[in-house]
Amino acid sequence: MSTLETAAQPEYLRRIAIDPLSRVEGHGKVTLLVDRDHHVRQARLHIVEFRGFEKFIQGRPYWEVPVVVQRLCGICPVSHNLAASKAVDQLVGASQITPTAEKIRRLMHYGQTLQSHAVHFFHLASPDFLFDFDDPAAHRNVGGVMADFPDIARQGVRLRKYGQEVIQITTGKRVHGSGNVPGGVNKALTLQERNYLLADLDLMIQWGRNILKLIKQAYALNPGYFTHFATIHSNYLGLVRTDGGLDLYHGGLRARNDRGDILFDHLDYRRYAQVLREQVKPWSYMKFPFIHSLGPDKGWYRVGPLARVNNCDFIPTPLAEAERREFAALGEGQPVHLTLAYHWARMIELLHAAEAIQELLLDPDIFGDELVVCGEMTREGVGVIEAPRGTLFHHYRINEDGLIEKANLIVSTTNNNQAMNESIRQVAERYLDGKELTEPLLNQIEVAVRAYDPCLSCATHALGQMPLYVELVEEESGAVVDSLTRDVDGVVRDAR
Amino acid sequence: MSADRSFTLDGRRVPFQDGQTIMAAALAAGVYIPHLCFNPEFAPHGSCRVCLVKVNGRVQAACTTPAAVGQAVQNETGELREIRRGILQMLFVEGNHVCPACEKSGACQLQAVAYYVGMLAPHYTHFYPRRPVDASHPEAVIDFNRCILCELCVRASRDVDGKNIFAVQGRGIQAHLVVNTPSGKLGATDFSVTDKAAQVCPTGAILTKHRGYEIPIGQRLYDRKPISVVGDVATLAESKGGRRHE
Repeated sequence: MSTLETAAQPEYLRRIAIDPLSRVEGHGKVTLLVDRDHHVRQARLHIVEFRGFEKFIQGRPYWEVPVVVQRLCGICPVSHNLAASKAVDQLVGASQITPTAEKIRRLMHYGQTLQSHAVHFFHLASPDFLFDFDDPAAHRNVGGVMADFPDIARQGVRLRKYGQEVIQITTGKRVHGSGNVPGGVNKALTLQERNYLLADLDLMIQWGRNILKLIKQAYALNPGYFTHFATIHSNYLGLVRTDGGLDLYHGGLRARNDRGDILFDHLDYRRYAQVLREQVKPWSYMKFPFIHSLGPDKGWYRVGPLARVNNCDFIPTPLAEAERREFAALGEGQPVHLTLAYHWARMIELLHAAEAIQELLLDPDIFGDELVVCGEMTREGVGVIEAPRGTLFHHYRINEDGLIEKANLIVSTTNNNQAMNESIRQVAERYLDGKELTEPLLNQIEVAVRAYDPCLSCATHALGQMPLYVELVEEESGAVVDSLTRDVDGVVRDAR
Repeated sequence: MSADRSFTLDGRRVPFQDGQTIMAAALAAGVYIPHLCFNPEFAPHGSCRVCLVKVNGRVQAACTTPAAVGQAVQNETGELREIRRGILQMLFVEGNHVCPACEKSGACQLQAVAYYVGMLAPHYTHFYPRRPVDASHPEAVIDFNRCILCELCVRASRDVDGKNIFAVQGRGIQAHLVVNTPSGKLGATDFSVTDKAAQVCPTGAILTKHRGYEIPIGQRLYDRKPISVVGDVATLAESKGGRRHE
């Protein structure tokens, strides 16, 4: 772990805030503490919003929860809806949903993966590839991409639109639909809907391949930058299916260490609490998960596209698998640790999602009429899914009346909390340390965070005796006037 | 019925029978007057005030005002629409009506009437009352957050089911729905989801347990046509209990 988490004598340091972080979902900021010689002494990623879903769904009926919790997010609500639905399946005793229900759910999930990855790459991250760090901030955005690279921008918009149409047809709405019900889904596809979605699919697959060419060109132009920028060595966590293949909807938990050795494999995700723990720190609303056996200092891990592509043995669609093989060669037998390779892996997944949608649309099960199953009610359910941003855990316990008693959400972005902090500290040490900080330099911090595609609004939910760190900052100078800390035990003390 | 037993409704001649209210005569003539607490199967209640019309220039509830020869009734006017919208907005902020997450959304009479009168935002400050969910009954759940005190369940349980399970307790702003048992829990009653009281709620306050969102978006009661065309939740046999309609 980096030594930049907490400065020894913060009262003598100058505070610089990147607030808000731009082109990420949700509201966050990065604070840096630098000394008189411009050496960075502390770097932290903060989430400045609070959502609290874990608390306010208590007392609500369980069958309502998938529709409520999807309001966590407007980018990938299907993930929360599906993770909660999988947990609710367990509550209603639906140990195995029907083939039609599972394939409709997969279709909606791959549709959302396609649109979410497209949003992130084209709308949020592509300026980082297409423009220099010192490009004017007013131009370094999707508007600039539309002006200078209209074809790329148009492909991004169309790819997103396609993914949203898959979602609309399977859930009823492009955002926040209600296709999933306890034990299954409420509709199958009609032939007309299937044919509509098939019409544009070849084009989407082609565009997916084109984006990968663009990323590989960017890498070839500047391999040193890609190799070193924000790169950290980490463990990786994600779901894989029984044969080790990539599966975004269902599977067992697999974790690898930074050398690629398997730490645990095919673990039933309902037992996640046996291998994962969460640490709380007073300066962040977001918890810090870690692999229990390794402890908080060495057990933090990464999730999401980079972790998944590193973790799986293969991708079960041909074009994406060919791309994975090319990608994996970078690691020379070990996981690819390049943080900027998140973008590369994400686009491999986008291509895989398009291919998976094609397979599903050609499967006759999507027209079936057996939509729902149920069995003996249980009191506890855990749903885990590979959301676009990584492994997503929803865990619910209900009372005898069927009302939610306890909820625990470990959201994809939360899993990457320590890793994002490590990456910004690497950038701070390697690229910012000792320099007069300018906007283009600070932009590099944002580029590091953005590679993870964090969804900050999804990530903060626990309510109660959470530790807090409160700063009173002088508006003009940015100097910290006063600060207080409430520790995890509830004790409040002066933090200065 | 003779031709001279009639009144005018927005200039249209509407016949009526002795004893009919303006609302009953209008519905029989195929004219929609927005309403929530009115249900033709029960005695008029006049509590929600959504059906306010102007009768010879005076604002009155259409569901309780007897029809009379020569009345000039105004229904679809900007002024009345504004009044109705205000009433709907007050109903929405008084409870916790979270349409995006409610399983009744798309088949909810409160929501459909709100859309009909052009209510797109609550306008007033939300009360955010703290009300529990009663899930003690094995088949049904009462979400008091969604109750608008129309007393349809009270009337249905008392007058049709003969069980007298529900009542409204308190006055004015303190008024609230209660269950007539010492514990106040529905689970302590002989309530059944086949009761009339389970099928008349114009909101999502009384629902069948363990199910929800079964009707795909696009096929729900009010997804394609407004309530003025579709009719009320309670009077449509196919929507009984908030279940799938064909």
